Amino acid sequence: MDTEILARIQFAFTIAFHYIYPPLSIGLGLLMVAFESLYIRTKNKQYHTLAKFWTKIFALTFGIGVVTGIVMEFEFGTNWAVYSRYVGDVFGSALAAEGIFAFALESGFLGILLFGWNRVKPWVHLVSTIGVFFGSMFSAVWIVVANSWQQTPAGYHIVGEGLDARAEITDFWAMVFNPSSVDRLLHVWLGAFLAGSFLVLSVHAYYLIKGRYVEISKKAFKIALVVATFFSLGQLATGHKSADGVAHNQPAKLAALEGHFEASAPADMYLLGWVDKKNQKVSGIKIPGGLSFLLDYDVNTPVTGLNAFPEDEIPSQINAVFQFYHLMVAIGMFLILLTLFASFMWWKGKLFQKKWLLQIFVFAALLPQIANQVGWFAAEMGRQPWVVYGHLRTSEAFSQAVTDNQILFSLILFMFVYTLLFILFVYLLNKKIKHGPYDESETDDRPLTKEITEAITI
Amino acid sequence: MGTLLGIDYPTWWFLVVGGLFSGYAILDGFDFGAGAWHLFFRKELSRRIALNAVGPVWDGNEVWLVIGGGALFAGFPLMYATFFSSLYIPFMLFLMFIIFRAIAIEFRGKEPMRWWKNLWDVGYSVSSIMLAFLLGVVLGNVLQGIQIGENYLYQGDGFFEFLNPYALMTGLTTLSLFMVHGAIYLLLKTEGRLFAKLTILLKKGMIFFMICFGITTLYTLLYIPHLSDEFRGNPSLFIVPLMVFLCIANVPRLANKKKFKMAFFFSSLTIALMLVLVAVELYPDLLLSSISPEYTIDIYKAASSTKSMGIMLTIVAIGTPLVLGYTFFVYKTFKGKVQLDETSY
Repeated sequence: MDTEILARIQFAFTIAFHYIYPPLSIGLGLLMVAFESLYIRTKNKQYHTLAKFWTKIFALTFGIGVVTGIVMEFEFGTNWAVYSRYVGDVFGSALAAEGIFAFALESGFLGILLFGWNRVKPWVHLVSTIGVFFGSMFSAVWIVVANSWQQTPAGYHIVGEGLDARAEITDFWAMVFNPSSVDRLLHVWLGAFLAGSFLVLSVHAYYLIKGRYVEISKKAFKIALVVATFFSLGQLATGHKSADGVAHNQPAKLAALEGHFEASAPADMYLLGWVDKKNQKVSGIKIPGGLSFLLDYDVNTPVTGLNAFPEDEIPSQINAVFQFYHLMVAIGMFLILLTLFASFMWWKGKLFQKKWLLQIFVFAALLPQIANQVGWFAAEMGRQPWVVYGHLRTSEAFSQAVTDNQILFSLILFMFVYTLLFILFVYLLNKKIKHGPYDESETDDRPLTKEITEAITI
Repeated sequence: MGTLLGIDYPTWWFLVVGGLFSGYAILDGFDFGAGAWHLFFRKELSRRIALNAVGPVWDGNEVWLVIGGGALFAGFPLMYATFFSSLYIPFMLFLMFIIFRAIAIEFRGKEPMRWWKNLWDVGYSVSSIMLAFLLGVVLGNVLQGIQIGENYLYQGDGFFEFLNPYALMTGLTTLSLFMVHGAIYLLLKTEGRLFAKLTILLKKGMIFFMICFGITTLYTLLYIPHLSDEFRGNPSLFIVPLMVFLCIANVPRLANKKKFKMAFFFSSLTIALMLVLVAVELYPDLLLSSISPEYTIDIYKAASSTKSMGIMLTIVAIGTPLVLGYTFFVYKTFKGKVQLDETSY
């Protein structure tokens, strides 16, 4: 296989795997802050137990996020050398800020968050939890800024030619607040909050079905449901803003998202569909003029279609972009219906009486994850053939010095190690869930295990 | 070109990157070193305590790698691109072992079976050894120069060329230095029998290091003359290698006197000075081309624009005190001997 495809497969594989974890960490961080604040306010021990329990699961997602994140950073240099040279001047300051303001903050306080329950005062611990949560939010800021700059470059100029060409920064704040960064950041944050809150909903729904830890699970479920409902609805607004931005800044991508071919005509919106690229046809269920209406509140407004662009400036995998995008939207709509319905049942006082509803919530934890993944697939594949929109092609950006055999070797290694890592994740997550929120030492006043006593008195 | 206090921006950034990598080497150095000794401890409880000595800090230490890598990317994009794509295989192996080591740390304590713990003990120790070794191998390749040709593209054989004799020696030297460093860290963190055993292991580690360091120094002087040029040109620089020797000699002396904190300080200083030595030999170059000096990447060719450097230096100036502040706070919270409790590994 050729080097470009292998490099892209490797990057796609490692980034998709990585992106399972940071959204969970951000989302769980929000709920940990909520539980711990409630504990400090109410002095109710159950909130303390919840905070501790979810911190353990957070530790797992955070740990895997860190190690898989290190891979991402170095892959820029190893596999995308031309890209690194091209964007380093611009992208670099965002990465430097990420490392020093965000990542160091979260990792620094992580030790206290995980191991410091008995060593610092409760409010110092809460400050550490907030520090870790903010750190993970800031991380998202800088990463999304960098990616948004690739979608909608701003605050730079191009210096040099050919292989020496590179983008140099001219205005730091214009780079940070490039046209798409704020919309996309909000969309990413909310996606992360949903990933976290739906995991909490899932685990506590499972406990409720099994009749275990019922009191505490009801509390946790309600708090997570508030978060999930609020942000499911919010995601509709940020998603709409993002799509609006795409229409202005990356018209070719928007056309691919909805499979809109005609150069300038009112555009439909599909609920479901299949793109036949060769015949330029989409078959499926549609709202005629729907896209035009969403963008301009008029079903007759013409929208720039794929045919308005040269063949080598539009994504080649239009059907894939279309499907990923529509799957994301469909999941988003479903989550809104689900959380609204659950909230309604809560209002009626019947939230925990319907077993089937709880069962849906057990499996619903996967949905925000899938939506986060396919949303990014649509965003990144929709940007093709560019790695930096309008400036640098993906086919010119990979490392010239690296051979296909080398990438194949590392790709196989990654698949092996990541499979192991994923088994570890599922195994540990399952173990922690089965073990439940209570520590041995909290359920009764048993002394610590023999081993631990030995260790201290040796 | 921008300057600050009379020193140009690329040189400042060279110092920043150097400082970050030194910090990383000192911090992850002790936990790789501690991991390298792991199989020398026979009892389950000893291994558990040794693992928990690095438990609260190892992933925080890896943050320095992320920041150091980010700094290199930001300040010297050309270097970042050529360096990592040229040494593709060692860096990929490094990444695999980093992940594998994390897996071993997490998995080890989760099942009670003896074979289970042994399996992950071996995984943890072997990956710690390989990580220390690979860092040294990469350093050896940088010092020796690699085959960089036109457009700063690597021209060599990507699979095995990084495993040359000099790189093997710098790899072993790094491993042995980290083992000395890790042994002292564990001495600070343990008591009783494990502590007694470590005092013996530290001596073995010192001998291992002295042999490796001696051979590497000789090899450098005899076969890699371009590295000593800098010193011949400016003999006062000889103070750096001299200080390395004094520092490392100080370590066993202080350990014998039970002044482990000072010994740890001096082993940290040794690592830092070794990297100062590297920096002095290289500056202003970053990556030497063994094909032609015109392809050697120096800080001026590789540097980001003055504007970008100015922004980043501002970020560093604001961020560093913050990072140092809370790192200090975290270490203070966990100072003293290891106590296993329900949150331990």
